[in-house]
Amino acid sequence: MITLKIDGREINAEPGKTVLEAARENNIYIPTLCVNEAVAAYGACRLCMVEVTRGNRKRLVASCLYEVAEGLVVETRTERVVNIRRLVMELLLARCPNSSEVIEMARSMGIDSSRFQSEEDDNSCVLCALCTRVCREVVGKSAISLVGRGTNRKVALPFCEDTDACIACGSCVYVCPTGAIKMEDNGDVRRITWPSSTHEFKMKKCASCGSYFAPEKQISFMIQKTGLEAEKFDLCMNCRP
Amino acid sequence: MEELQKKRSRIMDSRPDVSTIAVCCGTGCQAFGGEKVAQAFREKIAESGLQNSVAIKTTGCHGFCERGLLVVIRPQNIFYQRVRLEDVDEIFNETVINGKIIERLLYITPDGSSKITSEEEVPFYKKQMRLIFGANGNIDPAEIDDYIAIGGYSAIAKVLSSMKPEQVIEEVSAAGLRGRGGGGFPAATKWKSTREAEGEPKYVICNCDEGDPGAFMDRSLMEGNPHSILEGMIIGAYASGSNTGFIYIRNEYPLAVKNAEIAIRQAEEYGLLGENILGSGFNFSVHINRGGGAFVCGESTALMASIEGKVGEPRAKYVHTSERGLYDRPTVLNNVETWANVPLIINRGSAWFASIGTENSKGTKIFSLVGKINNTGLVEVPMGITLREIIYEIGGGIPDGKRFKAVLTGGPSGGCIPENLLDLPVDFDELTRVGSMMGSGAMIVMDEDNCMVDIARYFLKFLEEESCGKCVPCREGLKRMRQILDDICEGKGEESHLELLEEMSAAIGDGALCGLGQTAPNPVLTTLKYFRDEYISHIVDKKCPAGVCKALISYHIVNENCTSCRLCVKKCPVGAIEFVDKKIPVVIHQDLCTKCGACKETCKFNAVEIR
Repeated sequence: MITLKIDGREINAEPGKTVLEAARENNIYIPTLCVNEAVAAYGACRLCMVEVTRGNRKRLVASCLYEVAEGLVVETRTERVVNIRRLVMELLLARCPNSSEVIEMARSMGIDSSRFQSEEDDNSCVLCALCTRVCREVVGKSAISLVGRGTNRKVALPFCEDTDACIACGSCVYVCPTGAIKMEDNGDVRRITWPSSTHEFKMKKCASCGSYFAPEKQISFMIQKTGLEAEKFDLCMNCRP
Repeated sequence: MEELQKKRSRIMDSRPDVSTIAVCCGTGCQAFGGEKVAQAFREKIAESGLQNSVAIKTTGCHGFCERGLLVVIRPQNIFYQRVRLEDVDEIFNETVINGKIIERLLYITPDGSSKITSEEEVPFYKKQMRLIFGANGNIDPAEIDDYIAIGGYSAIAKVLSSMKPEQVIEEVSAAGLRGRGGGGFPAATKWKSTREAEGEPKYVICNCDEGDPGAFMDRSLMEGNPHSILEGMIIGAYASGSNTGFIYIRNEYPLAVKNAEIAIRQAEEYGLLGENILGSGFNFSVHINRGGGAFVCGESTALMASIEGKVGEPRAKYVHTSERGLYDRPTVLNNVETWANVPLIINRGSAWFASIGTENSKGTKIFSLVGKINNTGLVEVPMGITLREIIYEIGGGIPDGKRFKAVLTGGPSGGCIPENLLDLPVDFDELTRVGSMMGSGAMIVMDEDNCMVDIARYFLKFLEEESCGKCVPCREGLKRMRQILDDICEGKGEESHLELLEEMSAAIGDGALCGLGQTAPNPVLTTLKYFRDEYISHIVDKKCPAGVCKALISYHIVNENCTSCRLCVKKCPVGAIEFVDKKIPVVIHQDLCTKCGACKETCKFNAVEIR
């Protein structure tokens, strides 16, 4: 075990854990937006920045990526840290003025308004890349990725239209912290709307009850992955023995 | 090893002391027909049957780009500048055959007092210390024999025959070589860390993704002397325990890519790359990766992601890339110029190298001198030289008698240094101390006609466009800072904006993920620090003192100077200037004027002014 100090409290953590993990295990709150245990830490939102001192060296680090070390002193609410968080939240508020999740998060940090002019586009994507990371790391498809640079960056299918790799599983929708990706099932059609385009996918009919229960491409993918016979996937969850 | 020495002797023997015409074929001089001029000389030599007594050499960039195309006749080192294709006959007949100097092609000092014949006497070169860059003018980059003839690859022979990897690291460490790519991190520390890190294979990388506006030293070195870089990499690989290297070159540098490819092939043919180098048992191969032109890919982790075929975006470096870099393996990454320094240190010793420069910055540095400067080009100077010496003695000062205002060092995320700091000794620490940085070595000189608010906005916009967009402070923050600067330049600024800019700069500097974002506010911070009065003029007086920001200026006729010549009337693209009568000054209609400045440029009587 490693002993370190977070906000004056001495805590123990297993080697290899990040400062964020150690803090959470000890109920010390550090805000995050781009962290999800399903995927590897990414370090993009910068809300989890903390000030660490190791020996004589003091520096600001992203706690989601910085590993615990013996004797490390961590401060989670210094002036510099608070300034970064406030700027990030004000910037995100201006980017996504209508996102209730962003507004709520800002409010929890005591920020009610942004000094920057709100974007006119109705945008709720904060570009945390959870969707693209889940698609690559968990689903294993890389059907969507981040394209473009800087503020032109967006979540997109290849050329905003190529659905070849997408199995319409909806993991991206599920993981999105701000509801920026929409999904709607209507009869035999599943419609997914990413920030750059909308696409429809065919649903599979349950051989027993006739309800549409999963995207056909997702079922094919599961057959391929599991190596089971196709018939095993003919029934919906309710009709399975 | 002996083979290499024999080869060198054979090369020397096969090259009798002939007259050599060195034609600069660097990218700048190519624009003036470098290749065509060289071809014309070749034909003249063939026509006159002098193949055995006159040689032609197409070289890389000599550095004095302002005066291109450059032709130097050796061994006398007769320096001809601004040469064009039509001058070839005369140079060949008069100088090469008859030994006469052609006066009109000589360099004339700016005061007009003297004509200079020999290359080394030209003031631009005289104050320089061209240890790395000097060879460019003497060798054909596509001829490995040229490099060997000037002692090339002797450092690798020395290393492989008589030094242990640890000794090489010690030598480079004792020399005090710091990375020339921007960070100034001690090169030997990286090598040592990679050598000691667990994990195989280990990699070495040469970063030739130079992308700062105004910087072209790495490309010119790669184009003009690729073997010196390869030799440095081989030594670095040997020292850090690597057998595989990559050169990452941006694809916009086609000549650099071509010459690096040729160099690798030739080095392989000579047994200097590949298996069992010089019979030592050491193996090392080098591959070229062409970059797609994203500025952020000059950042080490983004560069590595790009080589791996991933999106070129940086990641946190809490574990150094020297331990977990390319493909998660220990990786040494150094910049072009850093690698080129290595053979020099091995050949001439760390003590010699450490004797050049300042306490913590050793050796020389190549700068690209651009902007409002008489002698645009590449200069190599010892660390510790003052900005004033570089700008006035080497650079020849500011054109048209204008007044110096600032110099931006370190590229778009460097800082603007004002006139009262011109005596600053240039090294890593001094530049950082005044809020700027060494960066890769671009120096952009600005004069009284440059608006510092506009300059800060320009560089911020560059970085906003080049931000990869991964982290929020850089992606969103730079855009917002640029918008505030837009407002200030348009006369919509408020005094509170200055504090907001400073607050944002601090938070972005602290919070951004990589060096690009962390240093991006530097031009804003330094202009706020050294040129705050210009911001105040824009915000409070609604004036742009330099007369640049269109929303804050207007063009007016100085009636007593106007001769009604009508030149401006003809030139105005929107018909905003009215000719009334011969003896009456013309009139600018402000409602029509687009403030393009064509009238002021055209007027020969100084009768147009900006208010």
